[in-house]
Amino acid sequence: MSKEMTIHLKYWKQNGPNAKGYFEEYTLDSVNEHMSFLEMLDVLNEELMLAGKEPVEFDYDCREGICGSCNLVINGQAHGPKERVAACQLHMRNYSDGDHITIEPPRAAAFPVIKDLVVDRNAFDRIIEAGGYVSVKTGSAPEANAIPIEKEDADTAFDYATCIGCGACVAACPNASASLFTGAKIAHLNKLPQGEVERKNRVVAMVDQMKEEGFGDCSNYAECEAVCPVGISISAIAEMRRDYMKAVMSGD
Amino acid sequence: MPSLIKALNSQVGRKIMTGITGIGLMLFLIGHLAGNFSIFGEAEAFNKYTHTLESLGPLLYLIEAGLAFFFLYHAILGISIWRQRKKARPEGYDTYRTKGGPSHQTLASKSMIYTGIIILVFLVLHIWHFKFGPSYTTMVDGTEMRDLRRLVIEEFTNPLVAFGYIGVLALAILHLAHGAWSAFTSLGMKHGETSKKVQFGAYIFAIVLMLGFIFIPLYIFLTGGEGSLIAY
Repeated sequence: MSKEMTIHLKYWKQNGPNAKGYFEEYTLDSVNEHMSFLEMLDVLNEELMLAGKEPVEFDYDCREGICGSCNLVINGQAHGPKERVAACQLHMRNYSDGDHITIEPPRAAAFPVIKDLVVDRNAFDRIIEAGGYVSVKTGSAPEANAIPIEKEDADTAFDYATCIGCGACVAACPNASASLFTGAKIAHLNKLPQGEVERKNRVVAMVDQMKEEGFGDCSNYAECEAVCPVGISISAIAEMRRDYMKAVMSGD
Repeated sequence: MPSLIKALNSQVGRKIMTGITGIGLMLFLIGHLAGNFSIFGEAEAFNKYTHTLESLGPLLYLIEAGLAFFFLYHAILGISIWRQRKKARPEGYDTYRTKGGPSHQTLASKSMIYTGIIILVFLVLHIWHFKFGPSYTTMVDGTEMRDLRRLVIEEFTNPLVAFGYIGVLALAILHLAHGAWSAFTSLGMKHGETSKKVQFGAYIFAIVLMLGFIFIPLYIFLTGGEGSLIAY
């Protein structure tokens, strides 16, 4: 038997980037404990629409923790209370009957609200465009073992490459800094020989773009690491700082 | 590559400079405390020590200018980072809480801007108090020198001054507890076992250093300046 719960919701409504936002409240009477958080929002929207009201907009795609679309701040925590879980894989069994849940969009000037809980995260794309790529000659696929890579480096690069770009790091950072995202995106290429050629320009261009987008500075709160659904360590930020220093020192 | 100015103004550069100036200031504090403890030495050790410093002449001005630069650079960066935070998140959260775990969001890290500003204001008063305070003189081995020890004892027998100092120094424990770890993180220390040891070391450093500073006004106040540790 699955448990049914009453959940009191308070969620952000905002009609556009420049519109004034406000909170709306709604009580759901029969939330199944096996529902995911997003399914609970689906039920909310169904009820709202049946009552002739406008549904609350929220972002999602894969619902299996890979795409990074569902960046919600739930009761003040990015992706909710569970460690290493994206909001889409958070289940209602983590809540109890009668709980109050506040849902807010990630709040950052660089992430303007499109509508309600949906924000524009193109700032992240522009950081990647600034240097988060490798230039390779096209043609037939190279032989897989042509470039030997130490196991440790391959693993570290892969750990950083698991970043799904959800922006929870920005959402949770008291300074709204994008350092963890940018650090991970730099480190996963800089750790590999394929990324070596553009290494210096990459780190400088991406760090500059991060500032350009209006994110805050990193104050080493490490809150980003705590909320990251894939558990990326702030060592990524250390890598970024080391590479940046090396790039500036080398002078060319 | 970016110009040095641009690099220093980047979000990485700002943190690196906050870290470097912070470490410089911590080293200064260690020296400052060691000097202060000469008040517990032989009768005129403290005055001889301050006299030696003052007789450095132009070298002293250079050191003072360097220190002022470090303090101001550190403070300006701190205030600037705090202002950027307001710009980067103009609309705050209704509900916000830390997720714990690896997070370093503590009372210490969250209050850096406040403890920092208090320390800055304190610093102005502190310099005005002692460096530019009443200049008593004394004769030591036939040399006339400033009797700073008399001023220190006079000031710290005043409860307002003594406990004002103790209060600020206690708040500085918080600033250093996060700062001494954060400085190394800003300079590229990764988050792992070493980082945990450095955080533990930062707590010990902050507490031991500041208790050392606190001991002086506390001792002078409690003994009315006539304690047996202070020789006459």
